[in-house]
Amino acid sequence: MLATAIVVFREVIEAALIIAIVLGASRGIAGRDRWVMGGILLGLAGAGLVALFADVINGAFSGSGQELLNAGILLAAVAMLAWHNIWMSSHGRTLASEVREVGEAVQTGRRPLTALMVITLVAVMREGSEVVLFLWAIATGGSGAAGMLGGGLLGLVAGALVGLLLYRGLLKIPLRYFFNVTGWLVLLIASGLAAQAAGFLNQAGLLPPLGQGLWDSSRYLDQGSLTGQMLHVLVGYTARPMGIQLLFYTATLVSVFTLMKWVAHRHQNANGKN
Amino acid sequence: MRRLILLYATLLASAVQAGEPLQILVKDQGFQPQEIHVPAGEKVPLVVVNQDDLPAEFESFDLSREIVVPAHSQVRIYIGPLDPGRYRFFNDFHQASAGWVVADAPSK
Repeated sequence: MLATAIVVFREVIEAALIIAIVLGASRGIAGRDRWVMGGILLGLAGAGLVALFADVINGAFSGSGQELLNAGILLAAVAMLAWHNIWMSSHGRTLASEVREVGEAVQTGRRPLTALMVITLVAVMREGSEVVLFLWAIATGGSGAAGMLGGGLLGLVAGALVGLLLYRGLLKIPLRYFFNVTGWLVLLIASGLAAQAAGFLNQAGLLPPLGQGLWDSSRYLDQGSLTGQMLHVLVGYTARPMGIQLLFYTATLVSVFTLMKWVAHRHQNANGKN
Repeated sequence: MRRLILLYATLLASAVQAGEPLQILVKDQGFQPQEIHVPAGEKVPLVVVNQDDLPAEFESFDLSREIVVPAHSQVRIYIGPLDPGRYRFFNDFHQASAGWVVADAPSK
């Protein structure tokens, strides 16, 4: 039972951390909760579908279906996180002052609600499909199924709890710095996901590794440890990265950061003229 | 775009597929063999066959590999080109099962 709980916990925590940060980063945007909840539900449905058609997916694209699906949804998440951050770079200040003064959600502007939904959907679907596949096999496996399903539930609750703790922790950050912090977190998550996508494309044989294991920091921080895994989600920590992963990471970080600064600058100029 | 990716995939796949790919079995919740040798400096396909009733996730932090292998099915991934050395892999759904990919330097 404990073994099952740990497997499920490790999958759930990855999705939970991403959702916690996204919820924080979109604080004060009207309709946020509804869209994030929609993303979770769609993600669960997607997870079920991916698990159900696992064999079909694996066979697709001459055996690289799983990698291409993973890389595709990871890159979609990267694009949505980038859009969210770029939008926030011109609205973050307004949001912060609105939250401070009236504590009310902001209605104006083209809000990145679709982005929120897609990010949540992707996070839940990716980790969820593994959980569904794993638990389904156990549930139909007979012996000890009840205990193991109990373990699965335990893992799910524990993982969600870590996400909740992170969210509550984020809210303690003073509003003046709040969106700066969440903006950086989102940027680092996006860069890490881009690096993961590069890993999948290389695994499928579609991208060169550009050096296997640029460094090896597993002696100092094992990627399989809880800290290593959390940092893997939050900042893209990889103990033994390939060159292509570092390239994707840096390219995402630099290009999204540049776009954020550019949009913020343009926004300031436009406001100055009024 | 999709056609381009497919074309690219086919080209790459045909370029590396020479001879029988290496195989690792997942059987009774363990890997067979637990140590598999590959030539260093070469990109090689690796087939993971799951003969168990439970799904497995072939994962390696050393190789940056991660793939779910449903029960009674198989997947193919690429690894390398690797520097000579030992690279650990494990079953993320059953962490006690682990094994090594050993990249051997070409003998002179």
